[in-house]
Parts: sequence; structure tokens; C-alpha cells
Amino acid sequence: MSTQIVSTDVLVIGGGLAGERCAIEAATAGHEVLILSLVPPRRSHSCAAQGGMQAALGNCVMADGDSPDLHFLDTVRGSDWGADQEVARIFADEAPLAVRELAHFGVPWTRVKGGRNQHFIKGEKVEIDEHEDTDGLIMHRDFGGTAKWRACYAAAATGHAALYAVDSQVARLGIEVRDRTEAVALIHDGENCLGAVVRCLRTGTHFAVIAKATVIATGGYGRIYGQYTTNAVINEGTGASIALDTGIVPLGNMEAIQFHPTTLAPSGILVTEGCRGDGGYLLDRDLNRFMVEAEPEKQELASRDVVCRHMMQVIRDGKGVNASFGPHLWLDIRHLGEEHVTTKLREVFEICQNFVGLHPAHDLIPVRPTQHYSMGGIRVNKDGEAYNMSGLFAAGEAACWDMHGFNRLGGNSLAETLVAGRIVGMRVADYVSGWSGDVNTSTALEGVAAAEKRSRDWLEREGSGPGVYEIRDKMGEIMLHKVGIFRHGDELAEAVSELRELAEQTDSAVLKSKAPGMNPELTFALRLKGMLKLALCVATGALAREESRGAHHRSDFPKRDDHKWLNRTLARWSPGDDEPTLNYEPVGLIDLPPGSRGYGGAESIDMSISIGEHNDAVIQGQTAAGRRDTLDRMGSRLRPGEWSDAQHGLENQ
Amino acid sequence: MNEQSRGSTPRTLTFEIFRFNPEDPESKPHTQIFELEEEPFMSLYIALNRIREQFDPSLQFDFTCRESICGACGMIVNGRPALGCKTLTNNLPEHITLFPLPVFKLVGDLSVDTGTWFRQMVERTEAWIHPDKDFDGNATEEKMSDELSQAIYEGDRCIECGCCIAACGVANVDPEFLGAAGLNRVARFIVDPRDKRTDSEWFEIVAGEQGVFACFGMMACEDICPKDLPLLEVNAYLRRKMLASRFAASNS
Repeated sequence: MSTQIVSTDVLVIGGGLAGERCAIEAATAGHEVLILSLVPPRRSHSCAAQGGMQAALGNCVMADGDSPDLHFLDTVRGSDWGADQEVARIFADEAPLAVRELAHFGVPWTRVKGGRNQHFIKGEKVEIDEHEDTDGLIMHRDFGGTAKWRACYAAAATGHAALYAVDSQVARLGIEVRDRTEAVALIHDGENCLGAVVRCLRTGTHFAVIAKATVIATGGYGRIYGQYTTNAVINEGTGASIALDTGIVPLGNMEAIQFHPTTLAPSGILVTEGCRGDGGYLLDRDLNRFMVEAEPEKQELASRDVVCRHMMQVIRDGKGVNASFGPHLWLDIRHLGEEHVTTKLREVFEICQNFVGLHPAHDLIPVRPTQHYSMGGIRVNKDGEAYNMSGLFAAGEAACWDMHGFNRLGGNSLAETLVAGRIVGMRVADYVSGWSGDVNTSTALEGVAAAEKRSRDWLEREGSGPGVYEIRDKMGEIMLHKVGIFRHGDELAEAVSELRELAEQTDSAVLKSKAPGMNPELTFALRLKGMLKLALCVATGALAREESRGAHHRSDFPKRDDHKWLNRTLARWSPGDDEPTLNYEPVGLIDLPPGSRGYGGAESIDMSISIGEHNDAVIQGQTAAGRRDTLDRMGSRLRPGEWSDAQHGLENQ
Repeated sequence: MNEQSRGSTPRTLTFEIFRFNPEDPESKPHTQIFELEEEPFMSLYIALNRIREQFDPSLQFDFTCRESICGACGMIVNGRPALGCKTLTNNLPEHITLFPLPVFKLVGDLSVDTGTWFRQMVERTEAWIHPDKDFDGNATEEKMSDELSQAIYEGDRCIECGCCIAACGVANVDPEFLGAAGLNRVARFIVDPRDKRTDSEWFEIVAGEQGVFACFGMMACEDICPKDLPLLEVNAYLRRKMLASRFAASNS
């Protein structure tokens, strides 16, 4: 049987919000687009985003005076100065457009109700009079780490509503989607990306897609934490893996892993930050609101990294609630009342009913922190182009664009998918219009043959080696316990050596099923080595980074170190190596100088050079790391210092 | 509700699961038995993964979010369509039969192709907003009352799991029938004032041979909907709306 080769202008790998928004932009520009997706696109993990999408519309009283300036400041502080500040700027400036575009696509945003509205703020019942002239505008709710109420929402199903609206546009434009397919390798010549080798998850057969531009939008890789993640079971990181497999494209800041404070114990199902945004409390064993003492200013609404650390400390101090599956804490939203819980937090109500059989208007919710989001990913420039390879792009959680740095604010990722999807889509369209390469099918055919051989090798290998699920479970335990919320050099070193051992064992692992077709065990086995490589990028990056920044907390190096570590980790994996090679690039141009985040209370070591000196070295440093030239010069979107009026306004309130 | 399951001795559950791998020339449709000890809060997501990992790694089924929002895991549980992830074994007897959803093309074992069915439904009904102007990125959003927005949201909540289609007597005979999920999707756009399609356009979409009047009214869809959508009300709303528009058309 001859190998099937499909050609298209733009190949988008991943049918979630980032990939589909990108596809819409490229298709609207007149290019042929093909989307590959592991699942029907409406089942992508974007649909699980619950509480909201950050955009500074400033529509309600508690959002009065909000602006993209403030959103930019919150995002950079949230990132613990690990973000690329120009990208954070672009993001904050364009997020309002993304929310309004979704309204145009049909998202039923919750709206402002003029007149009296009741809310809970910092434990107090508060009545707020919304201006009648704002009645019907898009409403906001409070989220962690923000100066204003900024999260736009559709009850607690914001991701679902957004994904259905965006996918309806994909259908309107007639964009072809091949669901149940998985890109298993990139086709490239060492400089240019020419598409991908694809495995069909219905039949197990392989084919090649040759494309002028390839976009990776495969989301996160939380499943390297085994069962200890909120992520869907499909978030196994093949997108990041196939980029790493090129040997030249780097992954950025892989050690920056976010844990979410409130996930249902023990299943790890997400319970939205909107619960705390709407006034919910965190309680210890004695029903004490420990966050009030720990963070008097922001209380339950400090950033996620900070809240998770306080929760873990409470559990370590023996004040967790003991259960057969380990200790947990309580989330209390009973005081919000039955109506609020069953409407504005409807999905939370359903999850509690379905999975633990309790009613959150009457019962406490058992919660504990669990892996939630990957700030790191395929390193791209501000246009979304991967380092070191032309024709390859990435967007959304799969990318390290990098607006989140070392901690992402709740609601910023949903907004990122749409803002980045549009911007990267425009760049992709432009790139394809100017494309004048050669289509060389022999590289594609070699790629298909290599992928077929990998499948065959798995099926033919016999012996007494370990099973693939056994290796996966061990990986999850290592990642949770040694590369988790509190990290230490000794444990990280153990994690690195244990993960390397597992990677070695994978080479002798044996399948129990030789079934023809997609074979679910084989499908997982083909991902396993890549997952271990990603886990090793996380662990080695965490071991090397001897400071604490955002979600990366080293108990042996508790201070943020802006003298040594105001940079971004880049991990590459050379063929044949058993560990990634790490190097570092400057974090990006600095506009807001490093300082206190206003929560978390950690100390820091100051920069030893001036911001001017730092900024002068950025272009050269990043170019040396493989950054491709952007359409506009670096810094063109930064608007230096323009946030200072908004900042003063906030201080004078 | 099975109260014994909460007692001290865990039950041994017997799973009778439909097996067929279309990619294997030697595979014939049959059922296979697996036994598993019950655990507290054991869902079919947990049980099926355990069966696959401990007993038969070739077993095919679909889960994605495992929290009842993605709609991937529709299957026939003891004769009723349901989402596997939110079906807890303590609500089931000791003998549990699992079959793939009918109507949709079988991928293998419990896995079916809902993606193709729903995409063609979306294309056929043009289930996207038909606005009367282009998006203006510089303009403030158009106002909408929160009540109206909530009404649209109510219909938007469908997760396209396919359970209502599998349960539908008409869809089982005529796979082209729009079914409750398709009709609900259309109704969601009819109530949305951002969609400017006219009554006669809606009539073409909804009132044809495979539209709302093809429904026998057995209403299994509403009984089994995992999201508790008011599908009966939606059906009545569409019928009223179609009849009213026809009367209006014939009177003018």
C-alpha cells in the first residue's frame, strides 16, 4: 500500500481554542487549512476552562478604572517578572477585542445587571449598585492576583461556550478537521518545517501532511504528573515532544508548572477559582480561614502559586483533614446561597453532585492543590514563530510565548488562546503568502517509514520488561512528590536520576496487547518516551534554577534572584542524549522593574545591572538563543512607562 | 440506589462489555466478562481504565475531561445511554452491561464516531451566528440583558455527547434526523438576537422531513440528557414557532 500524502498551506495541530482561532485567521486570509485533533474539536481541553477570561473592559462598579495598563501590571507581577513584558503588553491590549469578538461569535457572556447586586467580598456581604447605563454590558467577576474585577464569564462554563462559538466559525469557513489523528513527528530538513507525520487513531495507520506552515497548538502536558492533574487524559504533550525531538527547537521554562489550589480530592477535577472570586473561603481542619492571616491583603485571592504554598504549609503543619487518600482542606461556598451556587457556579454544583455526592450550598467541598497548567512550552517569538526553525509556529498552552513567566493568573490562559491564536494566525497567513520553498516528498516518506518502524518495534518486542502503565504511574509519583509545589535540590536530583531510569526502562517495556488497529496501549506507549523527556526537562530545569520565582519554589533557595536568574530556561534535546541541554536567554525587555508582587511576602536579590544595561543585551542574547526576527522590531509594542498613571490612580484610591 | 455498596464488604462487580475491533479481520462482535472489586466513588471512568490496565489493554473506549463537560464518553449502561465519567457504580446493580452508542459509526468496542455526526449537523443547520454586520474591533460590545444571555446559555450547555441521539427512536431508524441535540442547537440560535436569520429560513432548517415534526414524542432524550437540558420544552418551542411562522406566512 502506498503511503498517503496530504498537502495543505497551513497545518494546525490541535483543535482547541488556540489552534482553531489561528486556523480561522489563516483561512480568512484565503489559505487552505487542515486541523488535526486527537478528539472532535469540541471535546478539546479548552472546554474545561470554567471561571473566566481576563480582559480589562471595566464594565462593572468593581472594575471601574480598569485598563489594559492595570492588566499588564497584574500579569507581570503575577509572573514574578518571568514574563516577556512586551508580550504581556500585546496580550493585555488585545484581550478586550478577543472577548468582544467572542460576543460577536455568539458567546452568552454573563451581563451587568443595573441596580442592586449582592456579592461577598473578603468575607463580608456587600451590596453594589450597578449603574443603569452599564446594564447589559459584559459582566466581570473577581479572580486571584488582579487589582480589579476583570474576568468575563459565561456561568462556570466559559471555556465550553468559547470553544463552541469558535468551532462554529471553523465550520462556517469550511475548514477541514481530521479528528482522531495525532501528529507523531515533524517533517523538517534541519532548518524548515514542512509538515508532520500523522497517526490515525481509528486505524493505527500513518500518513504525511505536507504544509508550508505548521502550527502546534496541542495544549499542556499535565499528564506527566500521572493522575495528579486537572488536565484531560489527552494532555500528554505530544506537541511539545515532537518539537523537542527536532533536536534544535527549544522548550522554554519547563520548570514553571502551575498547581491549582482547589481541585476536588481525590479525583483532581477542577473547581474554579471563580468560587473564591465570588467570595468562597478556604478552611483548615478546625474550619479556620487560614488565608486571612497568611495574606491579609488578598486573602483567598492571592495568586495561585502563593495560595498553593499556604495550603501545603497548613497540611504540613498537621491542620489538613485526614482521609483515606491523604490530607485535604475545605472550600466553603455555602454562604453564597443556593441560587448563586446553582446558577453562576452551576458547573461546580454539578461536579460536586456527580463526583462526591454533595451539595455545595449545604456541604463543604474537599479540595487540595493539583497540577493544572504548564507556563513553559515551545519557545516562540512575539509573532509565534519557534526558535531555530522556519515554518514552525506555536500558540496557547503548548507555546512559551511568554506572557505567564513563572505563574499564570487565573483567566489569563483562556484569553491567551484567542489573542495569540489571532496574532499567530496573521503571521502564519503572511508567512504562507511569501512562501517559496520546495516540496520534497522524500523527507516526508522517510518520516512515515520511521514512525511505522517505531510502532512495529513496540508490537514486536517480547520479554519480561515492565508495562507502560506501570512506568507512567511511577513517573506521576516522582513528579508530584519531588517536582511539586515545594522543591529541594536533593529531591530534584533524585527525581532526575529516577526519571532517567524510567526512560531507559521504556526502551525495554513490553506491550500486553498486540491488537491491530489503533491499539490503545500502543497509542499510549508511543507517547511515553516523549512524556518522560518532558518530565526530565521540567526536573532538570528545576534543579538548575537555584532561586524561587512564582510557582518554582526551592526551599533551599527561597529568594527570587534577579541578579542571577532574571532569565528564561531553554531546553533542547540532542539526538542520542539521555538528558536535555539547558541554556538561558534574557527574560526580555523590562518596562516594569522587578519589585514586590504585593502578596506572597518573599524576599528577593536585586539586579546588579541597570534596566538599561539589561535591555541593551536582550536582542543579542535572544538572537544567539535562536530567536527569529519579528515583523516589527523588538519592543515596538511596549509603550514604556505608560502604565504609571494607572498605577498612581490605584495607589490614590 | 444500592445501599449495600456502602457497607463494609465491597461488592464484586461483573462487567459485560461489547467487543469488536473493525480493524481486526478475526474479530467478531461479542461480549466479554470482567470482574472488579468496587471502591467508593468508583465511576465507569475509573472502572474501565482499571479493566484496560489490569486485564485487557486492547479495550477501546473514549474519555477526555473525565468531569462531564467534554461529552466524549457516552455509552449504553445497562440499556440506557449515559456519560461513563459521571456514572458511579454504586448507583448500578452488580451486573453492568456496557455497549457502544448506536446510530454513530463504531470505531471499536465502546468507542464511536460522534465527531463526524455533529460536524455534519452543524453544517446542515448552519449552526453559527448569522450576523447582519461585520465585527468591529473598536466598538463596545452590543448590550444584551442578563436574562436573555442566560436563556441562550441554557441551550448552549449541550455538550454533544450523543446520548439523546442514541436514545431516540427516530434517529435509530433515520440517522439524518436532527435529533434533540440538533434541534436544541438550532433553538439556541433562534433565541439569540445576534443571529439575523428570518422565520422562513428557520422553517427550512427545522420543519423539514428530518426536523422537529419527525419526532414521535417518546421523549427519551429528555429522560437521559446528562446535562438535564429541557429538551421537551425546546421541542414544544420549535413546534410553536414553526406553526406560528407558517400561519403568519399564509395570512399575509
